Amino acid sequence: MTVKQIVVLGGGVGGTLVANLLAGQLTRKQAQITLIDRTGKHVYQPGWLYVPFGGAPPERWERNERSLLRRSVDLLIGDAVKVDPHERFVEMADGTQLPFDYLIISTGARIDPDAVPGYREGAHHFYTAEAALRLHAALREFTGGKVVIGVADIPYKCPPAPLEFTFMLEDELRKRGLREKTEITYLSPIGRVFTIESVAEFVTPMLEERGINYELFFNTESIDPVERTVSSLEGTTLPYDLLVLVPPHRGAKLIIDSGLGDVQGWLPTDRETLQHKQFPYIYGLGDATDLPVSKSGAAAHFEAKVIAHRIAGEIKGKPSDERYHGQVMCFLETGRGQATQLVFDYTHPPQPPKPSAYYHYEKALLNRAYWHLVPTGIV
Amino acid sequence: MTTPNITIDKEIDARGSHCPGPMMELIRGIKSVPVGSVVAVLSSDPGSAKDIPIWVQKAGHEFIGAFPEQGYTRFIVRKTR
Ligand SMILES: Cc1cc2nc3c(=O)[nH]c(=O)nc-3n(C[C@H](O)[C@H](O)[C@H](O)COP(=O)(O)OP(=O)(O)OC[C@H]3O[C@@H](n4cnc5c(N)ncnc54)[C@H](O)[C@@H]3O)c2cc1C
Repeated sequence: MTVKQIVVLGGGVGGTLVANLLAGQLTRKQAQITLIDRTGKHVYQPGWLYVPFGGAPPERWERNERSLLRRSVDLLIGDAVKVDPHERFVEMADGTQLPFDYLIISTGARIDPDAVPGYREGAHHFYTAEAALRLHAALREFTGGKVVIGVADIPYKCPPAPLEFTFMLEDELRKRGLREKTEITYLSPIGRVFTIESVAEFVTPMLEERGINYELFFNTESIDPVERTVSSLEGTTLPYDLLVLVPPHRGAKLIIDSGLGDVQGWLPTDRETLQHKQFPYIYGLGDATDLPVSKSGAAAHFEAKVIAHRIAGEIKGKPSDERYHGQVMCFLETGRGQATQLVFDYTHPPQPPKPSAYYHYEKALLNRAYWHLVPTGIV
Repeated sequence: MTTPNITIDKEIDARGSHCPGPMMELIRGIKSVPVGSVVAVLSSDPGSAKDIPIWVQKAGHEFIGAFPEQGYTRFIVRKTR
């Protein structure tokens, strides 16, 4: 039996876990597993939400990727530039070609500020470490005015994040005695304040109680950084002093360059088997896919388990028809030291409990325990 | 009622999508196609029957219709701007 070549492209939440699970299920005689990552650094992105408010610095949310991988996984640090799905190899920036029998694409989402006119000059965000630090500096200097919070484009990672940020900002401004001098407006792209109706039902009165305005059906079209206004494709224009908009997201450039994705670079992925719709030996994992689930570490985590089972089963001659059923689990911070939890899959809508301090602490605990629990596959 | 005789350029299966949900999947689909294209979204969420036509009208696109199937509905929209 020849040693199968498995290449994992991207060492984030999904890629790291799938590589470790495969290494646990297959021997070196059965498969050689290579994980390619651009930076060799693993980033826990949920930590960035707290940076604008003076939480732990971004370095605290980073670890060396090697330290998180099982010994039998080879780590190749470098930029992959192309996939040839027919000849089955990945090409690196330096021209090296890595052949594969199975490829898992877990390149995540890329921030593309230029996709919305005026975004780069006009808006703040917390979706990279640098931007979160810049927003922290801007908030420190903020003395009151109009704050507008929303999303620049769809899709984006972690759908609750802008709402969480809004509640946390309201807390912060109140503590600093600036609440009276600040008007906060939360923008929602759809007809309610959050995509899940039951969540919208308890969040709307919370926004109202705290005097936070909301603007529905606001899909950002452009920003005028000189006039300081933001406009929607539905025709509304709002003035701002501080604009915090989740930046436009796109799939990895290599997915577009290799002709594997749609125009925005998302990978067409079967919603249950997680195979690429055209190439069954290529799997899509996490934010890189076009699946109708939240782009979240939680989804990537559940998907990684399915992919590992399927590939390992096939190599061992015991094919598994394990499927992904759309499982996601995440927390939503509602400010004032409270949070709620969203658990759902394709057939079970979430039934979020009333916000409480319990879920806030559980989220804080996960943020710390992530390194020990998630990449290792313990949970 | 059956789907009318119309060429669908992009169909999104958002059945069972709770977050971000069929409405967001439709907006995302509309953004990823050229003006003039027809996008269909499959939804099993009863709220879509109310939400989708309202958004389509707000955003100035053309709502072609909602076509019930077994356990879900196919919403068809033409991007007009
Ligand atoms: C502010 C914020 C808060 C969040 N909060 C939550 C939360 O509370 N709960 C939750 O579940 N999720 C949350 N998320 C989302 C979560 O972080 C992502 O969904 C998750 O990281 C996705 O995992 P992934 O493996 O798909 O991609 P990533 O973790 O982004 O990893 C992708 C990897 O691929 C590498 N890569 C990309 N292209 C190439 C290339 N060409 N060559 C080599 N390497 C490449 C990158 O360097 C990166 O290491 C949050 C995100 C943000 C930004």
